[in-house]
Amino acid sequence: MGESSNIRVGIDLVRISAIAESLASFGDRFLHRVFTEAEVTYCMSAPMLVSSRLAVRFAAKEATRKALRLDGVGWRDIEVVRQPDGACDIELHGATMAKCGAGRLALSMSHEGDHATAVVIADRNRQ
Amino acid sequence: MSENAAKIRTVLKEHARLNRDADTLSDDSDLYQAGMTSHASVNVMLALEGEFDIEFPDHMLKRSVFESVGAIVSAIDELTEGR
Repeated sequence: MGESSNIRVGIDLVRISAIAESLASFGDRFLHRVFTEAEVTYCMSAPMLVSSRLAVRFAAKEATRKALRLDGVGWRDIEVVRQPDGACDIELHGATMAKCGAGRLALSMSHEGDHATAVVIADRNRQ
Repeated sequence: MSENAAKIRTVLKEHARLNRDADTLSDDSDLYQAGMTSHASVNVMLALEGEFDIEFPDHMLKRSVFESVGAIVSAIDELTEGR
């Protein structure tokens, strides 16, 4: 297998209003089933941005699942970690980390209007 | 239709954001092909957990577990076995 075949990409697009509806319908169950404590704390820290912050993070988790072709893993095993400079990275935990040989992951997220999106590139040539 | 299947169709109607009526789907119709997104499947999962008082373990958070009414019935039967 050539080097390029170890490069994988995943993308996801989420409606921010749909995430707001999940929050309204399921409240803490949605929050704490899908997001880690650190993600929840950060997203809830700006009341006007809660849904959009959650939405880009949900998109990032789904984009990671697609890039790594993950199935049967917990949503909280894929975490968006915010660096001091505001950049965000993907951190894998638990069984997900162990079983997928992710290599280096690169993340980009964005939101505009009612849409949030994320792209993840997995370079499985580099650890 | 089993009682569980009926409950599942009700949950799907409310949360799966399908592009057609859940009652028109057969037990093995592909719910993703019928419009359910991965985010909607999370809503379906949470609603099923509330409806049946269960929790899907991480290893069951698979696309295949939520891809049809029949697949969901099997998963719920597995999780409520012995009750």
